[in-house]
Amino acid sequence: MSLTAAPPTRRLLTVGRATTLPTPGPVELAELASLAGLTGRGGAGFPTATKLRAVVAGHAPVVVGNAMEGEPLSQKDAVLVTRAPHLVIEGLAIVGRALGARQTVLALGPRVAAGPAQAVAQDHGVEVRSLRGGFVAGQESALVSQLDGRAPVPRDPLVRVTTRGVEGRPTLVLNAETLAHLALVARFGAPWFREVGTAEEPGTSLFTLSGKVRRPGVVEAVRGSRLADVLACGTPVDPVAVLVGGYHGAWLPADALDTRLTRSDLQAHGATVGAGVLHVLGPDRCPLRVTAGIAGYLAGESAGQCGPCVNGLPRIADSLRRLADRSRDPGLPAEIDRLGRLVTGRGACAHPDGTARMVASTLRVFAGHVAAHRAGWCPTDERWTR
Amino acid sequence: MTRLHVDWTRCDGHGSCTELLPELLAPDDWGFPVSLTGERDPQVPPQLERHARHAERSCPLMALRRV
Amino acid sequence: MNEALWALGRGSGLVALVLFTVALVLGVTTRSGRPVPGLGRTGVVDVHRTAALTGTGLVLAHVVSLYLDPFAQLRLVDLVVPFLGADRPLWLGLGTLAVDLLGVITVVSLLRHRVGPRVFHAVHLGTYALWPVALLHALGNGTDGGSAWFRTLAVACAAAVAGAVAWRLLPSYAGRGWARTPRKVAP
Repeated sequence: MSLTAAPPTRRLLTVGRATTLPTPGPVELAELASLAGLTGRGGAGFPTATKLRAVVAGHAPVVVGNAMEGEPLSQKDAVLVTRAPHLVIEGLAIVGRALGARQTVLALGPRVAAGPAQAVAQDHGVEVRSLRGGFVAGQESALVSQLDGRAPVPRDPLVRVTTRGVEGRPTLVLNAETLAHLALVARFGAPWFREVGTAEEPGTSLFTLSGKVRRPGVVEAVRGSRLADVLACGTPVDPVAVLVGGYHGAWLPADALDTRLTRSDLQAHGATVGAGVLHVLGPDRCPLRVTAGIAGYLAGESAGQCGPCVNGLPRIADSLRRLADRSRDPGLPAEIDRLGRLVTGRGACAHPDGTARMVASTLRVFAGHVAAHRAGWCPTDERWTR
Repeated sequence: MTRLHVDWTRCDGHGSCTELLPELLAPDDWGFPVSLTGERDPQVPPQLERHARHAERSCPLMALRRV
Repeated sequence: MNEALWALGRGSGLVALVLFTVALVLGVTTRSGRPVPGLGRTGVVDVHRTAALTGTGLVLAHVVSLYLDPFAQLRLVDLVVPFLGADRPLWLGLGTLAVDLLGVITVVSLLRHRVGPRVFHAVHLGTYALWPVALLHALGNGTDGGSAWFRTLAVACAAAVAGAVAWRLLPSYAGRGWARTPRKVAP
């Protein structure tokens, strides 16, 4: 395969449309993804080759690009789909053709403008659909349900969508950014993809910087970069901690900003790169109050389907609120911990698990804050009024 | 050996499963079954297989499956 | 022989009505999620099912014995199509209607794992129609329909069903006995 010169790092927002679309078959495409070491950019980080191979063969599958952008702190998919829609559409078209798909769909959440994608989609036989939003709406099976005309409510994971999904057909759901990378891998090859990044985590990723930063927004960075280096693009102001991975992520305290954004390095902090959300907490906001707010939001965003989630998340949020309000109840942290473990793994999707993980991270990283609140004062207030 | 799978999209915490398999499932604060083995889908030991079949038939929401 | 068939027909119909009353009340109890002392929740489900299936078997005996009894004047078509009967077509028709409903409900219930919870639940609601139809059939068509003891029995069964339905409609019935937030999405 002859390769045209490809840009080294700022890949996703500078590469133009392909003149002719590569047409790998299903085996070749999966091989390419495997050699490139491409993993999902939607949060779960699953090897893309594995997902491609998981689609049950011979049943005219459906391929879906996920740009639902349900995570409020994330903007990367919205930016990608509006500024470089051709990459996402090309990725969809390549996968669709390789798998013999009957239908290729780009699913957009309400925060993603449809115009730019629609202009390109027609040329490649991709359908663009603007769907209802919500935190859980981007979850794979909830997205499939919505494409079927039903409410965005997750399904029992026992039957994978790759076996039975949209209209009962095997369905492959890939994040929009993953598809963009896949399109580039198909054009420029796996060795090119691996020119940057680490051996375990090659290539680049989009990160969304938010919170106490001078220049919030989306930045493309080489995978395996240090957290501090990626944050520097947005100029953080007095970071106390960074929420890595969004509302289902975990906190990294200020003294851990040198951590590399890799699976192995982040594991020590109970975090993963997730969908690349990096939210900076400054000294002016009480972390317990911030987390209580997030937990309250997450409780409200429950699909309302599974008992432990519907009941457990509001209880967790409530307990956190009481803790933020400096309740003297000595059993509060233990109760929050118990509830977190009670809801984990008990639902049709990972919404309760992610919530519990984020809350547990808060109590761990801000243990000092927790102790102060239980004694009746808040370090944030103290610092700010000084 | 089979495992017990709770279909959370159907479960409404009726509780016959926790009655029939108290070694594997217990009701939580709201009546929904919690796995006592640490696994998400608890494995059914051979001596409880009969009760697992009974529990699967007994759930009025058809939320319990043996997989 | 005919007397025996007639007796079997009456007896099986009568017991079936009582069993369906038990089944309905226990069905409401099942849905309530409340345990019954000695039965727990599992026992409630089991007895509900047993009563319903036994009642169904007795209805089969009821229909067959009456079909074989020349006094009842039942043609084959009367077993399935309601209101065509020669003798007291209205009350007989209700019996046929009840058998039709029972047939659909039973088949769907036995195949509930195949048809899924939504279809199963929708069809199962038909039991609230089945029971009064069966009762009316018994009162209008049954040999003992006019007798005092049968009327007393009928009133007792009706009271039990009315009580169960009233309980079903109470706000306190919900939540299956637990203090919890209800689901927003129906199963």
